[in-house]
Amino acid sequence: MNEYLKEFPRELEDEAIYIIREAAAQFERPAILFSGGKDSITLVRLAQKAFYPGKIPFPLVHIDTGHNFEETILYRDWLVENVGADLIIGSVQDDINAGRVTEEQGKFASRNALQTVTLLRIIEEHKFDACLGGARRDEEKARAKERIFSVRNDFGQWDSKNQRPELFDFLNGRIQPGENVRVFPISNWTELDVWNYIREEELPLPSIYFAHERAVLERDGVLWPYADFVYKDSKEKLIPRQVRFRTVGDMSCTAALPSSASTIEEIIEEIIAATVSERGTRLDDKRSEAAMEQRKTNGYF
Amino acid sequence: MDVLRIATAGSVDDGKSTLIGRLLFETNSITKDKLEALEKASQRKGIGFLDLSLLTDGLIAEREQGITIDVAHIYFNTPKRKFIIADTPGHVEYTRNMITGASKANVSLILIDARHGIVEQTYRHFLIASLLCVPTVVVCINKMDLVAFSEKIFNNIQADFENLATSVDGFKPQLIFIPISSLLGDNLTSLSLQTPWYTGHSLLHILEHIQAVEPVSKKESRLPIQYVIRPRNERFHDFRGYAGRLLSGRLAVGDPVTVLPSGRSTRINKLLQYTHELQEAVAGQSFTLTLEDDLDISRGDMLVKSDEVPKVISEFKSDVCWLHQQPLLTNKTYLLQHGTSRTKAKVTHIQYVVDPIFQRKIESRETLGMNDIARVILRTAKPLPIDPYRVNKANGSFILIDETTNQTVGVGLNAL
Repeated sequence: MNEYLKEFPRELEDEAIYIIREAAAQFERPAILFSGGKDSITLVRLAQKAFYPGKIPFPLVHIDTGHNFEETILYRDWLVENVGADLIIGSVQDDINAGRVTEEQGKFASRNALQTVTLLRIIEEHKFDACLGGARRDEEKARAKERIFSVRNDFGQWDSKNQRPELFDFLNGRIQPGENVRVFPISNWTELDVWNYIREEELPLPSIYFAHERAVLERDGVLWPYADFVYKDSKEKLIPRQVRFRTVGDMSCTAALPSSASTIEEIIEEIIAATVSERGTRLDDKRSEAAMEQRKTNGYF
Repeated sequence: MDVLRIATAGSVDDGKSTLIGRLLFETNSITKDKLEALEKASQRKGIGFLDLSLLTDGLIAEREQGITIDVAHIYFNTPKRKFIIADTPGHVEYTRNMITGASKANVSLILIDARHGIVEQTYRHFLIASLLCVPTVVVCINKMDLVAFSEKIFNNIQADFENLATSVDGFKPQLIFIPISSLLGDNLTSLSLQTPWYTGHSLLHILEHIQAVEPVSKKESRLPIQYVIRPRNERFHDFRGYAGRLLSGRLAVGDPVTVLPSGRSTRINKLLQYTHELQEAVAGQSFTLTLEDDLDISRGDMLVKSDEVPKVISEFKSDVCWLHQQPLLTNKTYLLQHGTSRTKAKVTHIQYVVDPIFQRKIESRETLGMNDIARVILRTAKPLPIDPYRVNKANGSFILIDETTNQTVGVGLNAL
């Protein structure tokens, strides 16, 4: 079905590589924010291409909530080894232990919001002036408004009303000391573009993107992955289901999708036919209509 | 698969957001959860129908005030191609955003309310499309349902618009006129029975068939050097590659090339896209090249074919649009970014400011305010290999940066 939708528009790759090289040239200490998800995996491949036969000239930064899928961590360590990049881990647990943040309690507790504090600490400790991320404008309506070079102030905050205009392909990365820039090379890609790229480039992915059997909790019509740090009351039962994950975040905010798609081809078919958007499985976005904008204002990715 | 970049523009309440919402809806580009979120948000605002503008007005302030403040990017596919819409606000004070949205557009979509005909904003939108040399302008005469789908009203507005277009002194985009109702969907994805007198195609059909890629590969070759790659490892010990994205033209292995501003020449040895070797690269592609001789080349230099060398100039006339609250001051030093190079620059003289409504030229001004469009003379510290914008868009444009605030304060299109 829909063969035409399965071709990746190559000009998006040319644009992304241009943006990555601009980041390398305009900043002194850039880093790639690496979550282990398909978008940041795509970003790493693009960076490899941008600097070949040289190495990627920046480290990968992983903000580790401690609530990861094990498969993601295995994949991360394999990838770092494979591309020969440096890995910097920012641990949310360290910030909890040091009393810089307090863990949320209750049924919907998540470490998603706490990540911001860890991210900003790592940026400051390593004096990063640019952080490349895999965010896309089609994901969410506040992201649709963000620039490719998005300036953050001394406190990591995004000022949505005072953004620099971006004209033609000009990127202006000049900043004051203390400020930093978030760089989004795949801003103009859609979820389908990313999957088609992964297929055409034959990029390996963490196994949780493919259908597998997993014990999940069913809560308000949503399937939650279970681990010993996920809240479960005595009445709730774990049920084995065939599922996969459409996005990969923290385990406590990423819902599973009933699916039998076990190859990239099948995943692409599933996405083309989907009636729910990608971030429809992200519980962190559902807290309010402006959840993403508010988190970004506070320094989120 | 190719990509068509569309800029939309319209006045307040002329149905632009509804039009985009409709296009998404009719091409199955909006999912159930987004529709449900929209229903909830519409109910909260106390409106009985689906307010599709809430889809694109992504910021809290926009939803509070019910207006579009900033450029939003919207993506959808049809069997023919991928579409990127830069949805720009219609308010006068946001002209700078309209220019931002239109700067990369292949097509500009201008909406006109059939009841009101051409208004002040129509002039501004068309002037910007002409100034930026957007190849095609699709004029959507909207709310036809409110004028009983009158052919006469449609023809009158078309005639008025054609008059306006003739009066603009500059680039003449191709014009396409279409009667629509964005609320009811007439002529959007299929032809309407209400307009049997209309002989053209539906809007979606038009957008699917417009030529997306301008023939930039036929222009002269221009490659700004972005980054020098020196791996210094065992396997690639002596490798020295120059990375960049070709703005225009073509470059092939073996071509004699000249580096600007130094003027030194050599030949292309290899063209690399990752591990893949190209015989020829065309405009738009990002790649890395190696040269036969070791020349001193760094970021900000430009590489061109030796028989396509542009003039290198340090004084030129340009059309500038001012983007910032702090006015442009003549003889103040700004940073000018052209390609990958930055140099100090001054506006030495403002020849005239354009009044988009009355087509007048206002002379003897010493400063420019936000949203002003003016013809100025610039002087740069370093000579630049800049083309006239009308001849080569990608190599004829630049931005101005305020050195003290680092803000992007102006955009320029080289006139000569």
